[in-house]
Amino acid sequence: MSSTAESQTLRKTALNALHRKLGAKMVDFGGWDMPVEYPSSGGLVKEHMTVRTGVGMFDVSHMGDILIRGPQALDAVQWISMNDASKLQEGQAHYSALLYPEGTFVDDVIVHKMSPNDYLLVINAGTREKDHSWVRKNVIRFHCHADDVGDYYTQIAIQGPKAEATLQKLTNVDLSQIKNYWFKHGTVCNLPNTMIARTGYTAEDGFEIYVPSDVPTSERVWNEVTEAGKEFGIAPCGLGARNTLRLEGKMALYGHEISDTINVWEADLGRYCKMEKSGFVGKEGLEKAKAAGVPRILVGLEAIDRGIPRDGYKVFNQHDHEIGYVTSGSPAPFLKKNIALAYVPPAHSELGHEVFVEIRGQKVKCKVVPTPFYKRPKKT
Amino acid sequence: MAYPKDYRYTREHEWIQVKGNIGLVGITDHAQEALGDIVFVELPKVGAQIAAGKSFGTVESVKAVSELYAPASGKVTEINESLNQSPENINKEANTAWMIKLELSDPKQADALMSADDYEKFIAEEK
Repeated sequence: MSSTAESQTLRKTALNALHRKLGAKMVDFGGWDMPVEYPSSGGLVKEHMTVRTGVGMFDVSHMGDILIRGPQALDAVQWISMNDASKLQEGQAHYSALLYPEGTFVDDVIVHKMSPNDYLLVINAGTREKDHSWVRKNVIRFHCHADDVGDYYTQIAIQGPKAEATLQKLTNVDLSQIKNYWFKHGTVCNLPNTMIARTGYTAEDGFEIYVPSDVPTSERVWNEVTEAGKEFGIAPCGLGARNTLRLEGKMALYGHEISDTINVWEADLGRYCKMEKSGFVGKEGLEKAKAAGVPRILVGLEAIDRGIPRDGYKVFNQHDHEIGYVTSGSPAPFLKKNIALAYVPPAHSELGHEVFVEIRGQKVKCKVVPTPFYKRPKKT
Repeated sequence: MAYPKDYRYTREHEWIQVKGNIGLVGITDHAQEALGDIVFVELPKVGAQIAAGKSFGTVESVKAVSELYAPASGKVTEINESLNQSPENINKEANTAWMIKLELSDPKQADALMSADDYEKFIAEEK
């Protein structure tokens, strides 16, 4: 095999062979060979419904992890991310983003405070190398190390109303004591000091566990989770369901709702951006952008006419003028509607406002609806 | 699922069943499997003329849109309306969930397409 062919080979997680054995359909996702759906689970729609009503499991080991460690770790995290990490307690995590000086996105991240000198940033698969070099460059003046530890972990997401009951069988940690966006370390599948975070990308309750990335351990944990969830009808779920689940919950996807040409105000993520904290990369750019006025804003659309709005389709007003575009669009399996996220001028963002999405030459009527499209029921 | 011997198959994974000068057109089991959950079909109007090898509609799964290509030329005399309500029937029964009925311009035209055996070889090589 030539070296060119070698370098074009897709990256694989430790669970790759197991996915293939399960008969998963595999796709190239950001340079990774990942399962998009499992016919053995019944396919994308069944997987989606399983997560909403029972429990599903995902291999998300392609996600990247950057550990920032050192006496000035907090200062470094504060400088490179937009949320206020000084508010985090040990064992707590929050949603944040890394920004360019203009206030546009390098990536969105989950910041975990492991200890006062230790912060773990979980980043997107497709942006791992870019993020890591950007982080290293921007923390250089602080006393800390920024290490790419993504390859050390197999990350498995267990998601759905039965996620807690499933995982509880495999750990000595009392999971009911972990609040949403908090995490603990404990024994999972006989692996001591395993990180268990109550996080996810499905708009459902659930956990993400970080276990050693060798193949035997990864496969053993996967199989034990499968066994533990059997009584709740657990099913392996692929990136297809992951995408429709996150879309129903209006969670941003890099390259779609957020990118290096979209800023925080446009993406409607201002609530995670703490302008009052001291300097961070992107702050000045965002001040300028706010003063200049926001030309477009992310809204939720629901198709009224027959048709499925999809990524990249153009949006028009009632006078047939192009006003924006769809960032993500799909049938929503749980809501049983055709939904989309789109950028439009603020004048068209009012709830109930009608716009038209061009689908193969036809203008399909849609209306602006409240987001998130789906909110999980409160626990009783 | 077996591929019926009396159908003919395109490289774009449509099938056609010819009886006299009438042709029924659908997509293959291999196609439905590759698409995944089918949620939407867009078909031509009755009376429309369609041309062999040209797009006559679309089929959409949750994650993708695919064009439908006509296996033969002719006039659409009927469309399978039930697919508007139950597009998932294509997943369940690709061989019988026909999409359009054609009055064929030339009933011999479909002979040039693949037989069931050739089609099975074709998809085996594609994998």
